Amino acid sequence: MNFIDNPKKLRGFEKNIKVEKVSRRSILKGLGITGGFVLAAPVMSRQAFAYETGAGKMPHGVVVDPRVFVAVAPDGTVTILAHRAEMGTGVRTSLPLIVAEEMEADWSRVKVEQAHGDEVKFGNQDTDGSRSTRHYLMPMRQIGASARTMLEQAAAKRWGVPATEVKAVNHEVVHSATSRKLGFGELAADAAKESVPSIEGLKLKDPKDFRYLGKGQIGIVDLHDITTGKARYGADVRLPGMKYAVIARPPVTGGKLVKFDPDAALKVPGVEKVMQVRGWPWPSKFQPLGGVAVIARNTGAAIKGRDALKLTWDDGANGKYDSVAYRKELEEASRKPGLVVRQEGDAEAALKGADKVVVGEYYLPHLAHVSMEPPVAVADVKGDKAEIWAPVQSPGGTREDVAKTLGIPEGNVTVNVTLLGGGFGRKSKCDFALEAALLSKELGVPVKVQWTREDDVRHDFLHTVSVERIEAGLDKSGKVIAWRHRSVAPTIASTFAAGAKNEAPFELGMGLVDMPFEIANISCENPEAAAFTRIGWFRSVSNIPRAFAVQSMVGEIAHATGRDQKETLLALIGSPRIVKPAVKDMWNYGEPLDSYPIDTARLRKVVELVAEKGEWGRQVPKGHGLGIAVHRSFVSYIATIVEVAVDDKGKLTVPRVDTAIDCGTYVNPERIASQIEGAAIMGLSLAKYGEITFKDGKVQQKNFDDFQVLRMDESPVVTNVYIVPPGPDMPPSGVGEPGVPPFAPALMNAIFAATGKRIRSLPLGKQLEA
Amino acid sequence: MIKVKINGQEQSWDGDPDLPLLWFLRDEAGLTGTKFGCGQALCGACTVIVDKEAVRACITSINDVAGREVTTIEGLHPNGDHPVQKAWRQVNVPQCGFCQAGQIMQAAALLMDNPKPSHDQIREAMSGNICRCGCYQRIENAVHLASTGV
Ligand code: FES
Ligand code: FES
Repeated sequence: MNFIDNPKKLRGFEKNIKVEKVSRRSILKGLGITGGFVLAAPVMSRQAFAYETGAGKMPHGVVVDPRVFVAVAPDGTVTILAHRAEMGTGVRTSLPLIVAEEMEADWSRVKVEQAHGDEVKFGNQDTDGSRSTRHYLMPMRQIGASARTMLEQAAAKRWGVPATEVKAVNHEVVHSATSRKLGFGELAADAAKESVPSIEGLKLKDPKDFRYLGKGQIGIVDLHDITTGKARYGADVRLPGMKYAVIARPPVTGGKLVKFDPDAALKVPGVEKVMQVRGWPWPSKFQPLGGVAVIARNTGAAIKGRDALKLTWDDGANGKYDSVAYRKELEEASRKPGLVVRQEGDAEAALKGADKVVVGEYYLPHLAHVSMEPPVAVADVKGDKAEIWAPVQSPGGTREDVAKTLGIPEGNVTVNVTLLGGGFGRKSKCDFALEAALLSKELGVPVKVQWTREDDVRHDFLHTVSVERIEAGLDKSGKVIAWRHRSVAPTIASTFAAGAKNEAPFELGMGLVDMPFEIANISCENPEAAAFTRIGWFRSVSNIPRAFAVQSMVGEIAHATGRDQKETLLALIGSPRIVKPAVKDMWNYGEPLDSYPIDTARLRKVVELVAEKGEWGRQVPKGHGLGIAVHRSFVSYIATIVEVAVDDKGKLTVPRVDTAIDCGTYVNPERIASQIEGAAIMGLSLAKYGEITFKDGKVQQKNFDDFQVLRMDESPVVTNVYIVPPGPDMPPSGVGEPGVPPFAPALMNAIFAATGKRIRSLPLGKQLEA
Repeated sequence: MIKVKINGQEQSWDGDPDLPLLWFLRDEAGLTGTKFGCGQALCGACTVIVDKEAVRACITSINDVAGREVTTIEGLHPNGDHPVQKAWRQVNVPQCGFCQAGQIMQAAALLMDNPKPSHDQIREAMSGNICRCGCYQRIENAVHLASTGV
């Protein structure tokens, strides 16, 4: 973080980032490395980590090989590959920074290069699930330490001294006994000849010697390019002879083209061709929807040409999808028993015997990602070879899908990953790259497919739509003795397999079955829900509706018992303990429960920290209210306090937000703060405005006028972020997504405190004006 | 033939006079720093400065700027050291960065018009520029910093 000379000048800045001061002990203390790394099999076994993560179970696992990730040039320039996609989290800086830290490279002499999509070579590249730091902190340290060891060995040989006498320090290797020094550049050629050390023998740096990790003083590598317009996103790729395309797609998911009339489009100046694009039946994972493409000399002409097309569609079976009717179906389903996915005690009996039952039915509509950069891709297909340039979260998956779609070997496909102008899960699906590949193949020239914002809003892989119904049974003392939570929502699995109606384990594990409260009788159920459009991952996924429901219910229980929200929350969380829900094969974000348990001590800690720093219970002016919420997701723990002000016309403002995050061992606190600040904006955005609706199978919104997102004049006045210092040996956990889920319930609890109105249906819209 | 000065250089166009300036800049002139976010003057990603005013290039035709001077992010400062750009880097504003060229151009135009805007004036003036990543607090702080001397 480049601290500003006089932070007082900046509103909110003095409180912007606070890392709690506790001595950070070695995360590697007592490092018990077992197992090993064999060069012939570059995919590393899971056992080689200091703590076990799910990294080894991801497709293609993890590759720990300095020769793949690091290059040292004779002039001393160190090039480090970034193999994950940069969509704003800072990962393109953070992972190479870890390597530089361990190899003692001077960051000002490091160049970061983006790896293309090749998971056999680089290991898993799916940049999603808030996994990059979680899975790669240790492998990147090992890669850096290997490179450092090779440089040290080369220097020791040159000087004829034992390797134990030399040490890499800030881009040179030093022999202090004789005051001799050799720069990394001078050693590069020899170091390359050294064999790669085994992981067991590696000496990792003592974290107290870290220069970069955990400090947050390094700006992102693309900072200068972004501020000068040089940063290259998907849309900025230009190839000689490239044509520009936009596509008219079926307005209803699964619809088909009946006929089209290209004449008027062809008369638009700059339009060169109108052609059909192949589509796949719904559902078929990420395959294109098909439609009619307009090819032109520039994007403006292509858009104008598309506007002039005459198109007739057959809407197909999903033409009946109607959000008003569908919501009623979800509500009805939530009032009847469904597939039991977690059962402890007898919730049914306990609810019947309860002194009081608090019931809440919470609704969250479909949400569109609307990343600032709409989907876009460039493809150049020649014969049986294809090269793609695209802002994709999953370059390895894109490579596979392009190969399959074109019927060519995967080895013939190169996927170049540009910067992503936002992703939020949308760009985990490579349909737009497949469209470009299909068009380029037919035209024999490079093609850029640009989605307009209207295309993006209408043909997204939407966040699901859900009703979460919670019944909480209270005894005479106000203690919660029964908890029944029914979650009804079309599943992401429906995008992969026709007819999937129950939520997948990874969806159930996001705030439903992993609910951490200490309650004797618990029933979690999942009634069926059919999908009628493409459902996909949206930043933090099912955690959004779940946290909204569960944490709003905490506020409702507080109200019903006349107690403080925070005290009610802590009472529900209960004693510090490891929660072991009675769920078979519970999904824990792909992580083993041993290294990433559900730890209520950590959950309590973020609540207490945010309450202290965020001054919970402070006097607020009339019309203001405070709300609190906590949620564990992506194996991190986050608590948020929101202060709202509601005027007599129902106009909402947010004077202050405080968030505490415990994400274990972390790399860059400055980027953590920026992710959490952004999560507050996205949380407020979706709570205030987020809603995609369908009528006659068609999305009714089109652009930022009717699918609104938050703007600066309504954003929180101050957002403060507090990061819990990691305990010893604490594995890293997610940051990109977990900030979003607690925001909406904290907001709604605050609105209730300010106005006495309980909002159970998102978005807020005009509900306060009524 | 339409003639327009872009970042100090004379450019000409003899195609469709209604072509939005955005696509002329990006696809015809190769100046890809100016971004497409909505095409309907709703997001500000395409903001450029025409003469001294912030303009949405997506709804401004090339004909509308005939004979005028257009400044894009590439031309804001020869070394990228305009006070707004410097402030942006000091505050580490960007996340994905896609909205930032538009934000910076809007902020630069604001400071030409009002060199010392209050926080509320900044929030007001910048509210036509969407940042989906949610960098608003830092944008506000960076504009303030730029206005008080980097
Ligand atoms: S692209 Fe011009 S305002 Fe959005
Ligand atoms: S930084 Fe991503 S949209 Fe603003």
